[in-house]
Amino acid sequence: MELSERHQEYWRKNLRLTAVLLAIWFVATFVVIFFAPQLNDIVIMGFPFAFYMGAQGSLIIYVLIIWFYARRMNQLDNEYGVQEGEE
Amino acid sequence: MSTTTQSQFFQQLKKYYTFYTGGFIAFVIVLAILEQMGLPPRWIGYIFLAATISLYAGIGIMSRTADVSEYYVAGRRVPALFNGMATGADWMSAASFIGMAGTLYLAGFDGLAFVMGWTGGYVLVALFLAPYLRKFGQFTIPDFLGTRYGGNLPRTIGVIAAIICSFTYVVAQIYGVGIITARLTGLEFHIGVFVGLAGILVCSFLGGMRAVTWTQVAQYIILIIAYMIPVVWLSVAHTGNPVPQVAYGQVLQQVTQLENEFNNADTAKGAAEASARAAFKAQQNSFEARIAALDEAVAAGNGDAFVEAQRVETDSPADFPATPDALKAQWKKSADGAKAKTGPVSAHAQAFSGKGAEKKLLNDNPDATAAEIAAAQAEDQEASNIKRRNFIALVLCLMVGTASLPHILMRYYTTPSVREARKSVFWSLLFIFLLYFTAPALAVLVKFTVYNDVVGSSFASLPAWVANWQAVDATLMKIVDINLDGIVQLAEITIGGDLIVLATPEIAGLPYVISGMVAAGGLAAALSTADGLLLTIANALSHDVYYKMIDPKASTIRRLTISRSLLLVVAIFAAYTASLKPGDILFLVGAAFSLAASAFFPALVLGVFWKRANYLGAVVGMLAGLGVCMYYMVITYPFFGGVSANEWFAIKPIAAGVFGMPIGFIGVIIGSLLSRAPSLEIQQMVDHVRYPSLVNDIKTQAA
Repeated sequence: MELSERHQEYWRKNLRLTAVLLAIWFVATFVVIFFAPQLNDIVIMGFPFAFYMGAQGSLIIYVLIIWFYARRMNQLDNEYGVQEGEE
Repeated sequence: MSTTTQSQFFQQLKKYYTFYTGGFIAFVIVLAILEQMGLPPRWIGYIFLAATISLYAGIGIMSRTADVSEYYVAGRRVPALFNGMATGADWMSAASFIGMAGTLYLAGFDGLAFVMGWTGGYVLVALFLAPYLRKFGQFTIPDFLGTRYGGNLPRTIGVIAAIICSFTYVVAQIYGVGIITARLTGLEFHIGVFVGLAGILVCSFLGGMRAVTWTQVAQYIILIIAYMIPVVWLSVAHTGNPVPQVAYGQVLQQVTQLENEFNNADTAKGAAEASARAAFKAQQNSFEARIAALDEAVAAGNGDAFVEAQRVETDSPADFPATPDALKAQWKKSADGAKAKTGPVSAHAQAFSGKGAEKKLLNDNPDATAAEIAAAQAEDQEASNIKRRNFIALVLCLMVGTASLPHILMRYYTTPSVREARKSVFWSLLFIFLLYFTAPALAVLVKFTVYNDVVGSSFASLPAWVANWQAVDATLMKIVDINLDGIVQLAEITIGGDLIVLATPEIAGLPYVISGMVAAGGLAAALSTADGLLLTIANALSHDVYYKMIDPKASTIRRLTISRSLLLVVAIFAAYTASLKPGDILFLVGAAFSLAASAFFPALVLGVFWKRANYLGAVVGMLAGLGVCMYYMVITYPFFGGVSANEWFAIKPIAAGVFGMPIGFIGVIIGSLLSRAPSLEIQQMVDHVRYPSLVNDIKTQAA
């Protein structure tokens, strides 16, 4: 089982994607919470912003992160020829 | 079964579950018609209980199996969408279904820690664990630890940690099942626990993971319908908009406006509130004076005589506490209860509100000096900072704990491929999200009803649901006219969190059949979670301990027999523990997350992402993480004899994982660097899990 340069590249791309998505997750969660009292002064459609994020906005971001990761990685599998055969 | 392809199987499943959903709706409609024709509510409760449990039993019996792979991982052919639903049901427990909206009602913004923590963890599952575990493809989480780090010790620690966190969690679920069964049918709590236990066992006993998977899908469908219908109805009633998650922004503004009125003594409502609060303040003072008198008598050596003298004066001497200590505890509770009613209403959406020290100072002493005001402001700021710190710590623990709980991770072994595992995490979170973004809307809608409709109504004509629930259970709903003006003030209402979901159908003016459906939904939530947890414990014992360590040559029949017997034993033991009504359930659930985060997360993640991690690292990291987490709980949580003065950075014991997890990471790293790099075979295994498919790949998948 030898790993080629292509394989290494696949894994590096995976790590980069993971890091970027994790950074988004971090901002949507901990940065929002940290500045919640200040963000709450902004009101959108009746919702104070930090409250909205905690109750809905951050959750939507989480769903999108996972959706994007699955899509991108499944593409990457095909590009680098490491996809699974049909079962 | 081998004759059907995966896509045919998927089409079949879609057809079955569409019929099933239609059937469930038709069943509810038939019951609604019967109710109109005069079927008594108690019968509706019985029918719901019997119908849903026998349905789950039916699925359980149809899914019986004698195949090891079917029993442990449902044959690894659960499509992403259905695995998502099953994970949703597995994940959402009675605490999510019934408790969440109540917590949000009572705690406002601060309660959102649970909403964020219990959803954001799936990002970690998706990015760090699910695809890799699926590629690894064995049966349990200790399997991964055992194979990746070699030797029996990492596996054994994994088994112990899995049992500790799953058992604390399952006791809480069975407790929930008992309460709901009791409420649905009027049976006693203890009987309820064992009826519920039967419901759990019929799902998992014969078919293991396969049966649990297909019942969990069925349970998800019931629980999400039961949660949504009353909220949508309530939203239409209040706002005319059938999408509560959008509509409640307006309602939240009205709630904020009412909160301001209640806190402003110059308005009519504010003045009434102030008078109610003053009455509670007087009550608090009176109890505190009595406690002082009691203390004095005890100090003088005649405490018993004092208690006796008090007893004679009461209306019901038989119930009166017998000892000075018991009497003091009772009075202390009354004084604290009254004290809780003396403060202003806290704003629902406000984040990390301080103690109100500045406001109190200016109220008590309008001429306070600048220095005094600055001190009070600093005190408020400090209180606010502590709340923020705890919020962040709790969110982190819940998220990492989500990504470490074996009963959830195990579900990603059941998909047909790595591809499907990735998609399945998306479906899981989407289905969980549906309930979690509805709960904050429900909390605000009910709060508006209470603030707008109940407050200000006269005691002579309370809304029907208020009067009903007050009669059913005083811990959930209690109203006393403390200032004797005949009108309800907010300070006079005491609400238990569980009321919010349970009473919503009545608040929305829906017939009893919907209340029955909500209770059945709560039951589905608790049963499905309990199923997954019990299976995790029994599998850890039968597969990891018995098969992998004691008798690797055991036959299939023997393995499954052992597994089923253990399931039965663990279930009965858990039900017995639950029937003792152990203390603080919510703390137990939170503790399970902190423990899982500290024990599993570092070893699992580094096992995939750091090839250098090895046996010693895993052993040191898991033991240190678990140890620090447990140590922190013991020194800070009163139940174990701890005191809050021992807290580090004022972090509550429920978030102990915030210390355990980093220590776990440090432990894995230091332990690994102190010993030799893992063998070539293990490094190959790491490459193997990193790539969905490789040429000349090694094989780790079992069956």
